[in-house]
Amino acid sequence: MFDGRLNRKTLAIALALIVALVAAPFCISRFYVYFVAQILVIGLLATSLNMVLGYGGMYQFHHAVFYGAGAYALALMLTKTGFPPFIGYLLGPVVGALLAFLMALICARLSKLYFGMLQLSLGSLVWALVFRWYSFTGGDDGIHGIPMPEIVASISGSYYFTLIVTLVCLLVMYMIINSPFGRIFQAIRDNPERSASVGVNVRAHQIVGQVIAGFFAGVAGVLFVTVEGSVFPDLLFWTLSLEILIMCLLGGWFTFLGPMLGAAIIVTLRTVVGVHTEYWTFVMALILMLLIFFLPEGVLGYFEERWRERGALAAREDR
Amino acid sequence: MLTVDSVQMSFDGFMAVRDANLAVEKGQVVAVIGPNGAGKSTLFKLITGHLKPAGGRILFKGEDIAGLPPHKICRKGISLSFQIVNIFNRLTVFENVQVGVLSHLKQSFSFFQPSKRVAVEETKDILQSFGLSHLAHRVSGSLSHGDQKVLEIAIAMGNRPELLILDEPTAGMSPEESFATIGLINRLTNDFGLTILFCEHDMELVFNVAHKIMVMHQGISLIQGDPDEIRSNAEVQEAYLGGGDRC
Repeated sequence: MFDGRLNRKTLAIALALIVALVAAPFCISRFYVYFVAQILVIGLLATSLNMVLGYGGMYQFHHAVFYGAGAYALALMLTKTGFPPFIGYLLGPVVGALLAFLMALICARLSKLYFGMLQLSLGSLVWALVFRWYSFTGGDDGIHGIPMPEIVASISGSYYFTLIVTLVCLLVMYMIINSPFGRIFQAIRDNPERSASVGVNVRAHQIVGQVIAGFFAGVAGVLFVTVEGSVFPDLLFWTLSLEILIMCLLGGWFTFLGPMLGAAIIVTLRTVVGVHTEYWTFVMALILMLLIFFLPEGVLGYFEERWRERGALAAREDR
Repeated sequence: MLTVDSVQMSFDGFMAVRDANLAVEKGQVVAVIGPNGAGKSTLFKLITGHLKPAGGRILFKGEDIAGLPPHKICRKGISLSFQIVNIFNRLTVFENVQVGVLSHLKQSFSFFQPSKRVAVEETKDILQSFGLSHLAHRVSGSLSHGDQKVLEIAIAMGNRPELLILDEPTAGMSPEESFATIGLINRLTNDFGLTILFCEHDMELVFNVAHKIMVMHQGISLIQGDPDEIRSNAEVQEAYLGGGDRC
């Protein structure tokens, strides 16, 4: 009964949120529409990272590289080829997934910290390539003024496109996490040795998990291009990876919507604090420290725990 | 069913297992005993693929499985329950057992159906036969040690193994819990027709349930025989039983 109550409540909140998001362009200024789109894009990226981090237990230290790869794939398709734009939109996530597959093949042998460090080095290599290859990627200048297809050229067009794609991706990721694959993925996170001894091919699952996460990071990448109309090497720089990692931890890395919430908090704070001071990273460091000490399960993780306790208490009183 | 033939294994030059020999027939309960450091756990890890033997053969149903990875050995019908509780801490009791069942039903790469509707009956059956049904929705990390130990064995049953290997099933248990474990092992062989290989320090339990006993000492298997033979063997007396140990 408690489950039913909680589900109805969650569903109501989710529906209200979706209605608010759909109505947003009619109610708020263009700046805020752009601002919400930014949160959706980076939130989708953080959620894709959390699939491997929170649900897979893999220290994916350089997840942004798949995001950047997806963004660059679309940008290059739109500026350097005459293919119809939708091919670029399909190619972005595929490039993200392919790069994730290659890196997973190399990294999956290693465990925990070593995995993360090798991932970080390989990702930085890709960044260096993009940063230096002026003739192809535009080097450190990036590519600006990318001609966008008409349907997403306006602010509300790009917003609705971003909103729909993000919601669909969240739904698909949610389904995957709750599928038998997702359950086994979480079992591997908790105990890889035991998983292998109940017949699970741990390495194959980890590689598939990374490819899925890379794919959705690629989707976030093409959405970034849609919203911003430009790409630059910072999209694949390790500091962005660190930032989305903090979003996962802040929101709650054992919850599905935690990373999205974390993204909303960080992007909002950055925008608000950025008006008053240029030392945004100082504020971020403070947040991280407070988080580690007081909310090790993240904001949403904290509230879920409280809800569970209340539910258990109510159940006991019922009895 | 299982034959271990002159298996060896060394850790950085230290021969943990020098010459292990073992024969397990279908339907038997076989115990491996020996003092700490005799190589029992290492032998079990060699059989289940968690370690690779340096030499010798391990035949399961006539096929050499030495050196195969753990998930492949598991799929051939051998399940291992660990000495130290080795469960999926953040998952519920139900989900813990379901993992093994999903893997056995080859559902582990199924992406778009909710896992709460897959392998439910099979999982519930196992929970029921282990008396864990009332704990099904508890997060396993919050259970008592005794319950975790039972769950540990229940997880190994998810794969419908033919041979179940238990590494010290009563380690850290109270006398009552150990007693319940004896009943559980008997039930596993009688009701499920399982073949069981286990190692144990509790001699009362060993002589109570084992059909055959193999004695290991310093990485070498000294003898394998029925409980009476082992009790009266002079070599065993000297190496282990008579050495002031717990028997």
